[in-house]
Amino acid sequence: MKARVTVTLKNGILDPQGKAIEGALKSLGIEGVASVRQGKVFDIELAGGDKAKAEAALKAAADKLLANTVIENYRVEVVG
Amino acid sequence: MKSAILVFPGINRERDMARALKLVSGQEPAMVWHAETELPAGTDLVVVPGGFSYGDYLRCGAIAARAPVMDAVRAFAARGGLVLGVCNGFQILCESGLLPGVLMRNAGLKFICRDVHIRVERSDTPFTAGYNAGQVIRVPVAHGEGNYEADDETLKRIEGDGRVLYRYCAADGVVDAASNINGAAASIAGLLNEAGNVLGMMPHPENHVETIMGCTDGRGLFAGLVAHLDRAA
Repeated sequence: MKARVTVTLKNGILDPQGKAIEGALKSLGIEGVASVRQGKVFDIELAGGDKAKAEAALKAAADKLLANTVIENYRVEVVG
Repeated sequence: MKSAILVFPGINRERDMARALKLVSGQEPAMVWHAETELPAGTDLVVVPGGFSYGDYLRCGAIAARAPVMDAVRAFAARGGLVLGVCNGFQILCESGLLPGVLMRNAGLKFICRDVHIRVERSDTPFTAGYNAGQVIRVPVAHGEGNYEADDETLKRIEGDGRVLYRYCAADGVVDAASNINGAAASIAGLLNEAGNVLGMMPHPENHVETIMGCTDGRGLFAGLVAHLDRAA
């Protein structure tokens, strides 16, 4: 089973890296970029086929390590 | 003072720290590998030194904070043991839940490596007993992620409890935006936990302890810890 955990900064948290990327996009002449927020994607392979169990394990993984919930949100998707 | 310095892969300031502790306390610190599950018996002070544990992978301090030895450190802190985290050590303490908040990328995006001035906000703690309240000391910083942030509620509580022990300031002690090198909330350079026995700070007091270093302003922190423990004994 394959899964994806996406970690993003919470609203209101200053993201200097996103700001720098935003500036670089503008200097490249890419139009219409209003703002950029940088995040992380984890592609995870899971042993076993129980989707509910997998989601619970991934949630635990995100809470305990993949995301710092003080500043980040996360989304878990089991993609099958 | 019996101190224990934690060693994680990628840490690089543990010898500076050991030298400073030996110099000021007269006792050689124990080096404790991250895979240990116990601290040496009779440890008075645990130090989490600076460096780049696990290459700053995932988030700085995140992997080290989950190492086996950190369970022992959490138990030690819960018993009231003194814990000092410097630079990456501060980041590790935040990630481990021993301190609130998080250290984000410096607001100016640059790695900052230079001397800074910090103001000692109070002298009645084990980590500041060697200084006077309001005293300005000069210490080096070397970090890319020292921009302390926490939610408003947490910041209010931290300030209300007087848990900011060190603040970035100008040479004359004035705290302003220009002296806040990394954009930290409330110019926080050093933060105490609620129980008053865990300090995290970005600057490196261990690098200003001998005249050959050009400055000895960092000695007071270690001398204060030794004095505190002597009094307690």
